[in-house]
Amino acid sequence: MIFSTFLFYMLSAVLLSSAILVVTARDTVHSVLFLILSFLNAAGLFILLRAEFLAMVLIIVYVGAVAVLFLFVVMMLSHERGSPYHFGRSYRLIGFLVAGILVTELLVMGATWKTSPEAFQLIFAPQGTKTNTEALGHLLYTHYVLVFQLAGLVLLIAMMGAIILTLRHREGVLKQNIQDQLNRNAKDSLRLVDFPHAR
Amino acid sequence: MLVSLDHYLFVAALLFTIGIVGIFLNRRNVLLILMSLELILLAVNINFVAFSQYLGDLVGQVFVLFILTVAAAEAAIGLAILVIYFRNRGNIIIDDIHMMKG
Repeated sequence: MIFSTFLFYMLSAVLLSSAILVVTARDTVHSVLFLILSFLNAAGLFILLRAEFLAMVLIIVYVGAVAVLFLFVVMMLSHERGSPYHFGRSYRLIGFLVAGILVTELLVMGATWKTSPEAFQLIFAPQGTKTNTEALGHLLYTHYVLVFQLAGLVLLIAMMGAIILTLRHREGVLKQNIQDQLNRNAKDSLRLVDFPHAR
Repeated sequence: MLVSLDHYLFVAALLFTIGIVGIFLNRRNVLLILMSLELILLAVNINFVAFSQYLGDLVGQVFVLFILTVAAAEAAIGLAILVIYFRNRGNIIIDDIHMMKG
């Protein structure tokens, strides 16, 4: 279909250009916003590849959580970024050299890629007639259930680690002490006073 | 499908390289390095999904789910470390991060 080809080129062009802008933008907030744009375009590519569930997960997890986390941290740690290019020309040169070698390798490898015919006999989980989400869920809750649990454990530990790392007790902040509140009783908080009757 | 596997591999390769260049270009900014890491992981994910679709095997997409999990955990922990580092030192210039002790 012509339209899907057009869509592929458009999504990849926006993806790559926004990725370039992520690494070259002067303002870190702009970088985060371009990161969000590139994730949205990658989600579009996933939809073109008929991986709808992953596209939605990418939008929810990345755009909804990780990018917002980045945005908060960037705004919290706002500091002078300085010129990104003031650390010597040779370093940049080495960077572009490494990148050039890498991209040549990857493109040559991609261009000469041949899928061997045996690969199609090793297919473990064909898509079948189910929808993508259903097939993925079926796979995840049967064959990969232990790994799925492990992923949950990773997330739990990451959450605990982030909370413990950033927890701090400040002086002079009034807090609710539940233990004290539960240990209160009428005897030591209520005092009955007899007033002399005025005649 | 007119768009072949090679096209997706090219896009992922270019995205990966942009991430690598980002690490080199923004050597002083930890936040930008973390974002470049996210771009690199995104390139890997595109490769996984493309192979999964063109080979007709769903296992690649399961892998992408786990990569997303680990990437989210990594971003959260990295940013938390960055926040406490900023709280202790007052800046996050990466050249100054060379001592383990306070």
